[in-house]
Amino acid sequence: MALDSQEIRVSPGLGARILDGGRRFLDGDVFHSFRRSPLTMFAAGVTLVLFLVALLAPWLAPYDTLNLSSINLMDARYPPIGSTFDDNGFIVEADPRFLLGTDEQGRDLLSAIMFGLRISLGVGFASVILAAVFGTLLGLVSGYVGGKIDSVIMRVADIQLTFPAILIALLIDGVSRGFMDAETHQAFKLPILVLAIAASQWVNFARTVRGSTLVEKNKEYVQAARVIGIRPALIMLRHVLPNVMGPVLVIATLTLAIAILTEATLSFLGVGVPPTEPSLGTLIRLGQGVLFSGMWWLTIFPSLVLVILVLAVNLLGDWLRDALNPRLR
Amino acid sequence: MRLRKGLFAAAALAAVVGFAATGEAKTFRYATTGDILGLDPHANNEGPTNTMKGNIYGRLVHRQPDLSLEPDLATEWNRLDDTTWRFKLREGVTFHNGNPFTADDVVYSFKRQTQEASEMSFALASVEDITKVGEHEVEITTKGPDPILLLNLPNFYIVDQEFMEENNAFEVVRGAGKTNFANLNANGTGPFRLQEWVQDNRLVVVPFEDYWGKDQLMTNVTEAVFTPIPNDATRVAALLSGEIDLMYPVPLQDVQRLDQDPNVEVVQGPELRTIFLGMDQWRDELLDMPGSGKNPFKDVRVRKAFAHAIDLKAIQRVVMRGASTPTGLMIAPGINGFQEDMNTPYAYDPELSKKLMAEAGYPDGFPVTFDCPNDRYVNDEAICTAIVPMLERIGVDVTLNAQTKSLHFNKIGRAEGNNTSFYMLGWTPGSYDALNVLQNIITLGEEGSGQGAWNSGRYSNERVEELHDLIAVTVDEDERNALIREAFQIHKDEVGHLPLHQQALAWGVRTDTIEEVIQRPFNDVDLRYVVMK
Amino acid sequence: MFAFIVQRLFQAILVMLVVGIISFALFRFTGDPVNNMLGPEATIEQREALRERLGLNDSVPVQFINFIGNAAKGEFGLSYRVGKPVEELIATTLPATIELVFVSALMALLIGVPMGVYTGLKRHAALSRVFLTVSLIGISLPTFVIGILMILIFGVWLGWLPTFGRQGVVDLGVWQTGLLTLQGWSHLIMPAFTLALFQLTLIMRLVRAEMLEVQRTDYIKFAKARGLRNRAINYGHALKNTLVPVITIMGLQVGSLLAFSIITETVFAWPGMGRLFLQAIQFVDIPVMSSYLMLMAFFFVMINLTVDLLYYAVDPRLRAETLGGAAH
Repeated sequence: MALDSQEIRVSPGLGARILDGGRRFLDGDVFHSFRRSPLTMFAAGVTLVLFLVALLAPWLAPYDTLNLSSINLMDARYPPIGSTFDDNGFIVEADPRFLLGTDEQGRDLLSAIMFGLRISLGVGFASVILAAVFGTLLGLVSGYVGGKIDSVIMRVADIQLTFPAILIALLIDGVSRGFMDAETHQAFKLPILVLAIAASQWVNFARTVRGSTLVEKNKEYVQAARVIGIRPALIMLRHVLPNVMGPVLVIATLTLAIAILTEATLSFLGVGVPPTEPSLGTLIRLGQGVLFSGMWWLTIFPSLVLVILVLAVNLLGDWLRDALNPRLR
Repeated sequence: MRLRKGLFAAAALAAVVGFAATGEAKTFRYATTGDILGLDPHANNEGPTNTMKGNIYGRLVHRQPDLSLEPDLATEWNRLDDTTWRFKLREGVTFHNGNPFTADDVVYSFKRQTQEASEMSFALASVEDITKVGEHEVEITTKGPDPILLLNLPNFYIVDQEFMEENNAFEVVRGAGKTNFANLNANGTGPFRLQEWVQDNRLVVVPFEDYWGKDQLMTNVTEAVFTPIPNDATRVAALLSGEIDLMYPVPLQDVQRLDQDPNVEVVQGPELRTIFLGMDQWRDELLDMPGSGKNPFKDVRVRKAFAHAIDLKAIQRVVMRGASTPTGLMIAPGINGFQEDMNTPYAYDPELSKKLMAEAGYPDGFPVTFDCPNDRYVNDEAICTAIVPMLERIGVDVTLNAQTKSLHFNKIGRAEGNNTSFYMLGWTPGSYDALNVLQNIITLGEEGSGQGAWNSGRYSNERVEELHDLIAVTVDEDERNALIREAFQIHKDEVGHLPLHQQALAWGVRTDTIEEVIQRPFNDVDLRYVVMK
Repeated sequence: MFAFIVQRLFQAILVMLVVGIISFALFRFTGDPVNNMLGPEATIEQREALRERLGLNDSVPVQFINFIGNAAKGEFGLSYRVGKPVEELIATTLPATIELVFVSALMALLIGVPMGVYTGLKRHAALSRVFLTVSLIGISLPTFVIGILMILIFGVWLGWLPTFGRQGVVDLGVWQTGLLTLQGWSHLIMPAFTLALFQLTLIMRLVRAEMLEVQRTDYIKFAKARGLRNRAINYGHALKNTLVPVITIMGLQVGSLLAFSIITETVFAWPGMGRLFLQAIQFVDIPVMSSYLMLMAFFFVMINLTVDLLYYAVDPRLRAETLGGAAH
């Protein structure tokens, strides 16, 4: 107990703490288990690559597909390199300019996927961060303060949990249509989408954090901090929060996969991102219409990227959960 | 054609007799992209909706597949003078609910169809009044001499006065998301009777047992199920697997694949519909440029710039896969008043477009929302998506708003006060005469007259308005043609609209279940002409 | 036991009340109901008459009570778009969705549980790895992609199954069922499987995890020490214990199935409530939206209640706790 309060008093700088955390991570069990699992390392590698591709899309992509004026209709319907396409009797050869072929409008599929990945990951991250921040704070407050606030927050969470995410997201989209005219709704589509997905996912964070907070709350170091008169907000943020971050990280990873899928699904249903800035889900929706006409690449490649992305993130999440849950090791 | 038709009539009769003997049901299942907009015959003026109305409701005259007219509820007619017509009505006709059909119903239908909210009032725009002469005779007086009165009458739907009044359904309701009794129920004199309509799901009609012309009907269908299937791939799959007997339009990319199936035939033909774009030339300030006080479309140079920026040939070759005819006129060949020499499209010249934009004071373009349907015309959304980059290249910042047809029509139409700046629309003149296009699309007429119902950008030119009124009452064919030419020339010089093309019809028909179906250039199925095996 | 049920019932009523308030607010405050129903051309008298008829002149609390009262009677008002009573629309689409969800849930259980038991018991068998990999892919593949691929393979390439819609329906008066004819099943099987796949993998993974966990618990260890046969341990004790979470998850997942049926119904053009809801969103048909919401809430609450009760019946620990509580 004395030692704990000692540590609190010292309170090293942020940089030092991160370094320290990093060192502990590399020495610790978690990293050890990471290095022992080639599948996880592979998944992490894939996630990193996809993440970088999304981040660097404007520089990596061969064409700027978001700049519509660069799209030439005459480049439409080239198959991927190494294949030919029987377009209603005309055999179309692949064009070396377009590695993965082009769509019905002459848009380079590779570039479109890169930018689509950017939007999918962007929406995914944004909504997970929003949900995590919101959910974690509520969970902390709920668990730490307890009493009436706790029961209100948890009842809301219970009620919300009764409704599947996709339904909540659809409902938020529907209600926002009722309040805005079509143009405004179109302009705010991405924020609405992020909000809708986040609103459907915060509960998991809140419940988990609340549970961990309840445990941490009774630990000696927190009681010590309380005894020496540190403000509750400070205790929650500086002492309890770091200790419940493990589960939050696990949930965030798994939720990222769900968020990406939810975005793709909403875009597929036509209530997601606009077709001029297609996400992976929109690309699949657009590709589906011509799948049976032999233009398989427009569905298969974006689907593949989406599946690989979600799979890799899921694998990471799975591994994190197992790694942080010592009982299963 | 006539001989073939005669033969088929006999065959159909035999089939009907055969049916009576064996009790074999012949269910005809067909699909297209979207549902009808409503059953009220006097509410919406939309192709698929009109055709379904035509299966259920009778008209004074009926238009046959070859576009010629035949008697329907009127048996004979003659012209007393320039503006007065007498129509003898068919006797012994009953509505689906058993009510007898009389002259009162015609008078009532006239009043109902010409109310302001009706989009169908165009068909009777020239009619001053319809009065009852006898139980089965009416007199139609026109506002002036009307050379095309008869051509418009197939768009005059006869409803049952008693039925409508009982249900308090005189008022026409229009607009997406709204409906009323007349939109949900139907009681006509047509060969088919409504059995069930589950919106966006299925519409079922069955032959009307007491149809007056039962013996002359070509069809042997005992039940017709109409299903909207918006998704191209699903629609193709449904036809290939035999779940439906006919569907249209065949997605252009699937024509060959469907043709290769031994049980499916793709029936193609020209369609009389002209697809075009319209621009808001009415508001002083463009919807997308609030606070600017400017509407670029009011400047003819901007409209010209748009016209020269759109590569119609590329759209034809790539998006339409050759199955369209780029056009420079608002009406198709085959429509009365078509001018062959004026049909050359605006030349594709983006450099000229940029110059015109700069001259007009928009060297960096301007923002505009492009309203487009996504389940009405062949590849409608794809055409719009293809046009966006073309306009971006001359600096215009286009936001595409593609949505289902009922919402699209609602937005650009009068229901929401033409809430659009730039839109796509397609038009087949219901009378197969140029005047119809001038009346509905190119002029405005007086407020509340129902004229200019689909002139959503509210293009208006004084001389064209004058010409419209003249054409409506000019009987001499050469004189009339000259007036039509003049009107179209002005409209073209001013770039009132941007004509794109006429699309080709492509129906997918299962040959193992369908004996014969007559394709009409309206791109819709008239159930009278469907014969099953 | 009684206290437990009362507590759960109370919570269920609370949920319904909250959802009722949301639905009511949606109906009352999103746009003007009168304008939505009559359109801009209506006269002032018509508007006033409709206001009166809808009770919009009453105070808001009275309106709310009427709204809830009507909903309880199964009256949800008129659809703005279709003009028919919403309950009529729901009645025509409900059987399709319920049958789809029911068959999906059954598939998920009947395939998922055995797969989970197998992978839990034989952790390192090759087949287990295959199951696990497949299940991961199943979770990562969006429902609509699975649906499209199924249509492509079984509908178009192989031509075994119809690709859209619901046919072969028998009208039983109050319920139209597609479960009585072969044709009905042929239409149902693909959408049901597509819908089930996600839950199937979820159940499999859950059962596996629980099997692993339970096998590590003391009482299984004791059982093993006592010399009970493996089979008896695995099926008599371990599997029984995994049932609790499976029931919970399945209950919650039925809710998910109802929601995800929106996607499946879109892909397969299945004439269910999901499509009705999606169209209502597109057309901002508020009465349909709010009724769908309330109906869903009702289903979910009922399911949760049932799950809680089952949970109680199955898990001895929970019973002991409550009984212990009652003894005080």
